[in-house]
Amino acid sequence: MKRVYPDKDFCIGCHICELACLTAHSQSKDLILAYTVERGQSGASSCKHVHEAGPTCVALSCRHCDEPSCVAACISGALQKDPETGRTVYNRDKCVGCWSCLMACPYGAIARHPLEAKIVKCDLCFDRPGGPACVAACPNKALKQEER
Amino acid sequence: MLFQPINRNYHDFSIVRDKDLCINCKVCVRQCSYEAHYWDETRQKVMHDNAKCVGCHRCEALCPTAALLIQKKRSDFKDNALWRPEFIKYIYKQADTGGVLLTGMGSPVNIPIYWDKLLLDASQVTNPSIDPLREPMELKTFLGSKPDKLEFSKTKDGSPKLKTKLAPQIELNYPLMFSAMSFGSINFNLHIAMARAATELGICYNTGEGGLHKSLYQYGKNTIVQVASGRFGVHRDFLNAGAGIEIKVGQGAKPGIGGHLPGEKINAMVSETRMVPLGSDAISPAPHHDIYSIEDLHQLIFALKEASEYRVPVSVKIAAVHNVAAIASGIVRAGADIVAIDGVRGGTGAAPGMIRDNVGIPIELALAQVDQRLRDEGIRNRASVIAAGGMRCSADVVKAIALGADACYIATSALLAVGCTLCAKCYTGKCPWGIATNDARLAKRQNPEVAAKKMVNLVHAWGHEIEEMLGGMGLNSIESLRGNRDKLRAVGLSDTEMDILGVKHAGR
Amino acid sequence: MTYVIIGNGVASIGAIEGIRRHDPKGQIVIIGAEDAAAYGRPLISYLLAGKIGPERLALRGDDYYVKNGVELKLGTTATNIDTVKKTVTTDKGETVKYDRLLIATGGIPFVPPIPGVQGPDIYSFTTLAHANTLIELSSKIKRAIVIGGGLIGLKAAESLHDRGVGVTILELAPRILSGGFDEKAGKLAANRLKNVGIEVNCGVTAKEIQRTKEGRVKGVLLTDGRFLECDVVVVAIGVVPHSALAKEAGIKVERGIMVDGKLMTNAKDVYAAGDVAQAMDQLSGEHRVVPIWPNAYNQGYASGRNMAGAKLPYLGGLPMNSISFYGLPTISVGTVNPPDGDKNYEVHALLDEEKETYRKLVFRDGKLVGYVLVGDIDKGGMYTAFIKFEMPLAGEAKDKLINAGPEVFLWPAELFDETWNPEPAKAAR
Repeated sequence: MKRVYPDKDFCIGCHICELACLTAHSQSKDLILAYTVERGQSGASSCKHVHEAGPTCVALSCRHCDEPSCVAACISGALQKDPETGRTVYNRDKCVGCWSCLMACPYGAIARHPLEAKIVKCDLCFDRPGGPACVAACPNKALKQEER
Repeated sequence: MLFQPINRNYHDFSIVRDKDLCINCKVCVRQCSYEAHYWDETRQKVMHDNAKCVGCHRCEALCPTAALLIQKKRSDFKDNALWRPEFIKYIYKQADTGGVLLTGMGSPVNIPIYWDKLLLDASQVTNPSIDPLREPMELKTFLGSKPDKLEFSKTKDGSPKLKTKLAPQIELNYPLMFSAMSFGSINFNLHIAMARAATELGICYNTGEGGLHKSLYQYGKNTIVQVASGRFGVHRDFLNAGAGIEIKVGQGAKPGIGGHLPGEKINAMVSETRMVPLGSDAISPAPHHDIYSIEDLHQLIFALKEASEYRVPVSVKIAAVHNVAAIASGIVRAGADIVAIDGVRGGTGAAPGMIRDNVGIPIELALAQVDQRLRDEGIRNRASVIAAGGMRCSADVVKAIALGADACYIATSALLAVGCTLCAKCYTGKCPWGIATNDARLAKRQNPEVAAKKMVNLVHAWGHEIEEMLGGMGLNSIESLRGNRDKLRAVGLSDTEMDILGVKHAGR
Repeated sequence: MTYVIIGNGVASIGAIEGIRRHDPKGQIVIIGAEDAAAYGRPLISYLLAGKIGPERLALRGDDYYVKNGVELKLGTTATNIDTVKKTVTTDKGETVKYDRLLIATGGIPFVPPIPGVQGPDIYSFTTLAHANTLIELSSKIKRAIVIGGGLIGLKAAESLHDRGVGVTILELAPRILSGGFDEKAGKLAANRLKNVGIEVNCGVTAKEIQRTKEGRVKGVLLTDGRFLECDVVVVAIGVVPHSALAKEAGIKVERGIMVDGKLMTNAKDVYAAGDVAQAMDQLSGEHRVVPIWPNAYNQGYASGRNMAGAKLPYLGGLPMNSISFYGLPTISVGTVNPPDGDKNYEVHALLDEEKETYRKLVFRDGKLVGYVLVGDIDKGGMYTAFIKFEMPLAGEAKDKLINAGPEVFLWPAELFDETWNPEPAKAAR
């Protein structure tokens, strides 16, 4: 399965991947509206997060683990593994906002939705033509979508 | 401006932010290494300080909503043909600092550009042009000393066998090489990129005077190692690592003085590779302290040949100065296999502006004279001539070869290929494109994988254009173009200039 | 190959998913006492509180069992296991043969022998049936007393309160949530409950449940002498492993069914997982019953994979809980109440009563072994990583964790690279 792998040696900490992710998951698909309006109004968020420590930085998101800790912890079945695509799939409607997945995921891949009792997690841009928005937007090829 | 020296108000650039497009995402704040953009906590928006803008365009390039525009600052001094604005500002700065004005990259001043006054021929009717997509076109060339004559013997079955022993040659797939840019003046990632690109293209890159890092020895077959006056990083393994050794006597951007790497740009890796202490300026002496005459040069050239067991050609790089032809002749007679001439427009990582803009002569004139002089003396075959110093496009390269060059060194073009915008602040070590810096935060901005690809693309593109121009002239190899002045015509040049270039006026 | 699973909880779902990773064809039979597809047991408090409807309870989709080739025997209780003949007998009179058996019968509520506890109006709160009963009752009753101030008790109390019932909690320990929380965190949670009107009584429990002449509950006499009126009593002290079936079959049971590193019991081809099992606990290095939701799934999954032939060791689970109290989120993972005076442990705690936030970090032997977060829970998982992967934290790294929070750059370099940017598989070139 092709996953998105980040290279901390070439991440320049520009956060453009976060902006691209936000845009791809927004209603309007327009960066200006997504950033200035949708974030406040409906809590639109990026699933990608840039971690920084001094000059080092890297952009991380859900690894779609083969054996996800979040699926094990989910009390409602909102998080499940799709055996066909290999993705860890989140069903928003089933989620009750208990944060067990956030607690269990050791990769910090799950965040609370800013407004609702739901989570925000990378979905590998499964329905985006051209694939993951973060990979397409990175100006320094620090994110690669590959089979490894 | 409040609390700033008054001449700060005469800054060169203004940042123009389109309020409809700016979303205060702070990408510009993160990308600007001069801190011209900053987050204003009170106003809760991104603000900028125009006085800090150096016109590098990094913010403009990365702004995700294209909200930024970098413009020349509008306020104009009264028109004055003598006291142009830059001279006025130089004096303000020197009155404040009392220091030498440093600058970077090639000279931007108005010295005549002869490439723009030379035009190429094309074939028509009597001499058919060649289609490079259908017929073989030879861009390959060999750098090194060529023998005076070739002697053959016959093998048992009667076919000819070469008896003459050839001097070592460097084989180039294109008449181009990446010129000397030291590790320290530029990012190590770009050395990796040049090494990989040169290998993929079948050409060479030059280490510059910063030594060669061990991890790059694997690309030795496509590397020319440089020995400059500071002898930075020069040791036995270094000399044996490359496909050629170059003695740097001078550099086009600053003839007469040595290299200059400001202390801020020296980190642990630079320090180790160059064999210099951390933090203090690495300034190369003006002359090599063991070369005070042509005989000394002769001695050094042969010392290097002995040390490398005559396996590789030895090159001497000089700046284009007034008596460049005589100097070149002396160098060839001293045993150099290659003479590289760097014209007044050559780039640099750091040089005093006065020297960069006022010392040296254009490569076009130097090249023509060197080629002519060597031919006149009957020694043109003893060394290859490389032209360097501001070749901007494939047409410049073709003209250079027509004037007599075997190949061209390109450096500024290679840096432009990876994003440089010629803001000329290389000496600060804050290059936001990650080019002229090894700062941990900035050096990452050059990904060798991406940079190598861009350099390869550039040379491929130029190579193809050269083939088209050659074919258009009815030539099918670089060898037929070299020194072929008849393929050039001048426009708007004086008799003296045309005489020096050895080129007729268009129409004649 | 026939896999028989007794129990239809989350451990069974884990087992199905574990089996199917290795064996897409083997037959799977599930014998489940409850008459429902596997449901999220913790969701019963959401159901009781009226926050979700019954259609959201199922853990997997409607076609899950069919897609995974699972035969369901619901509303069926296993009555006997014959480990020699390798059969399971059910209360429907069926005898089911197995090649591999998984006992995932979970836990049953512990009811203490309080005088007066036998009889009507006493309820537990661990199953869907319990929840449905309480939902029906909630419109008819005025007051309920919940015995037990642990996770189940507090959730029961909250849910009843949300249905309009007046609730009082009795907790024997000096504070609520004495298991997964400490005094400070417990107090923050208790304050929230008090603010909405739920009465919390610590250091006290039921001495006697008093009934009317007709035998209906009229109130509870407390150990401190007070008498509190109520219509029902919810006993929520805890669960014990439902291990009777295994015991009778001669399988080794201590507190729970003993299993080895592959989750197999001492009977060949018989496995156990979930609240009924006594399996490896990562932090103590011992076999313990740790009735925690993710452990149940993970044990089920690991037993499934091992049953299907993959020899994979189960390295141990962690105690962990994520609970919110009227909008105050809390997370507790690992060892959070180290023994007093034990010098091997180092504790760092930061409380902000006004902001209602609390963070407690517990270190042992230079590693993080537990943490509690109240209010500011966003970095929870990142702390969990340090515990789960047993990452060494010395000197500067430990200070950074304490002062600046968990950061992925504190991970050992090799682990970081392996996790996030492993070498591309070396294809033949």
